[in-house]
Amino acid sequence: MNSTFAVPAVALVVVATVLVGAFGLRISRTTSDFYVASRTVGPRLNAAAISGEYLSAASFLGIAGLVLVQGPDMLWYPVGYTAGYLVLLLFVAAPLRRSGAYTLPDFAEARLASQAVRRLAGAFVVGVGWLYLLPQLQGAGLTLTVLTGAPDSLGGLIVAVVVVATVAAGGMRSITFVQAFQYWLKLTALLVPALFLILAWQADGAPRHVFEEPPAFRDQRAVRVDTTLDLLLDRPLTVTVTGTVDGHRHEEAALSLPAGTHRIEQGTRLGFTPGTPVPTAERGSNGGMSTSLAAGREERPLYATYGLILATFLGTMGLPHVVVRFYTSPHGVAARRTTVAVLALIGAFYLLPPVYGALGRIYAPELALTGDAYAAVLLLPDRMIGGLGGDLLGALVAGGAFAAFLSTASGLTMAVAGVLTQDVLPTRGVRHFRLGTGLAMAVPLAASLLVGGLPVADAVGLAFAVSASSFCPLLVLGIWWRRLTPPGAAAGMLVGGGSAFVAVAATMAGLPVTGGLHALLAWPALWSVPLGFLTMILVSLATPGRVPAGTASILARFHLPEELRAAEVKA
Amino acid sequence: MPQQDPAERRVVVTGPPRRTRRTSGYYRPRTEIDEQTTLGHTYVRSLMRTQLRAALTVFAVLVLLVGPLPLLFAAMPDARRLEWAVLGFGLYAPLVLLARWYVRRAERNERDLVRLVEDR
Repeated sequence: MNSTFAVPAVALVVVATVLVGAFGLRISRTTSDFYVASRTVGPRLNAAAISGEYLSAASFLGIAGLVLVQGPDMLWYPVGYTAGYLVLLLFVAAPLRRSGAYTLPDFAEARLASQAVRRLAGAFVVGVGWLYLLPQLQGAGLTLTVLTGAPDSLGGLIVAVVVVATVAAGGMRSITFVQAFQYWLKLTALLVPALFLILAWQADGAPRHVFEEPPAFRDQRAVRVDTTLDLLLDRPLTVTVTGTVDGHRHEEAALSLPAGTHRIEQGTRLGFTPGTPVPTAERGSNGGMSTSLAAGREERPLYATYGLILATFLGTMGLPHVVVRFYTSPHGVAARRTTVAVLALIGAFYLLPPVYGALGRIYAPELALTGDAYAAVLLLPDRMIGGLGGDLLGALVAGGAFAAFLSTASGLTMAVAGVLTQDVLPTRGVRHFRLGTGLAMAVPLAASLLVGGLPVADAVGLAFAVSASSFCPLLVLGIWWRRLTPPGAAAGMLVGGGSAFVAVAATMAGLPVTGGLHALLAWPALWSVPLGFLTMILVSLATPGRVPAGTASILARFHLPEELRAAEVKA
Repeated sequence: MPQQDPAERRVVVTGPPRRTRRTSGYYRPRTEIDEQTTLGHTYVRSLMRTQLRAALTVFAVLVLLVGPLPLLFAAMPDARRLEWAVLGFGLYAPLVLLARWYVRRAERNERDLVRLVEDR
């Protein structure tokens, strides 16, 4: 990939982010500005900011890569990310805004009048936030490596520094402008190249074998295997090999591999003839954006699809950077209208990644083998258009990808820093908020440098599953059920969220389980969400004496329109 | 803060509210909601019920719309084109329409309550 234009594009995005953030700094004056932009953000600006924040690296690069490798089933990811906002709108948007709390722990404390539940919710916010930050930093590193060949950790470091600087300087006020700007940047960065790519596809005679399963090579193609992998063949394959296959060394040899599993060593070059179906590769975690430990068609039965749907539909409402945004609306009605606008904006955005995934299946099918599938979005302009135009479009996409890392990372840092400042650091105030910001970013940055290779799709899935099984019951029952008690809420969050966390952590650690149990652990939402709800309800019913005294008036505040509360606010 | 003449410090000046509330001989429902009387509880409960009904109705439509799709795709493994079209492009518009429908209903429920409370 030619980096002549890509590097200036990334630099431009970074500089623009800092400048827009500095503009926010000039008008960010009070503590309320810092945390919730003084609750004066109108629906349009707020909707663009929420969408900009929500569309992360997983959306911008990951979905196209997943679709390229695993086919249209992976389109459930964007559908779930969008539908999650509908569920959020139905059950929590307006009451959450009317609760008048700053963060999720604030909500827990206001509703349940319990410090213990507040701390537990805070711990979950920090945990989920850090889990979600990790893939953003890694994604930035991978992108920069693809673009320039820079070391893996550099991209993450750049994102961390820029995010800490903008968040610590301007807080929520400036972040709102930054993210609204970045939504439109991301949309443009995918839309414009997509239009050109579709034109190029038309000019190419509009080949339609994209819908075939599996995709096939359309011309002579040599593939270098960067990491050792197992090739799964369900029919014999003829391939030219330079390197080591099944322990034997070959030089430019035409091999006829029988159906079955074959081990391809690192550094091997495979030459495919046109029309050959792309074989399926199985590899361990290599840190790519679009590999998933729960992948493989056989291991991904209907159960996994439903697990994914449940986790994304119900998990969105509990993501810390999503929730904190609702407090910036001026009132409950605006919070609802904002959510509808968000649905339209992210729905429009998600029309684009499938285009890249589908074109990637035609023009770059070998990416599924090399483990760089996440790079499909970055590489397609060069591959399909080429020349100066391809370079410029590629630079636009690269800039958009960096905007994706920056915006999601700043939203998460904001949410985590808010919790750290209010609940962990000794005193509140803007100076400690800045300290909290540094702390919020330092931990995932250190983890990404130390741990490395956690597949992005898995980390994101984990965050959604944990959030769906801990915060979703807390929010839904807290808003709609009078008999929720503090012990019930704490038990439900611990059992639901805790078990989801343990299950996915066990999968990632590579516990040697197979078959049904593997699917159960890799996609825990289907059992952990009902478990969380059930525990919360049963423990609450078992401790009827602990229903907080002010429940009736709190619920009245959650649900009554603001005009009926005028007297209460004045008092 | 640099040293300041104490006489120059800002003081808060307050006065009686300009608009005194209408004193009426009967309890208005709005104050009933504020004071958590039984009647106020009834208002809040009935609002919560109608709002929850609206939310559950839309949620049920969502479940009926999306729930059968994986089964459908699994039953028709040859209908790849359909899967691409539905998941890639077809579902977003219905989601936005459902959201708009819900917001209209929820706002109407709230307006109905406000009207009921203010113009009894």
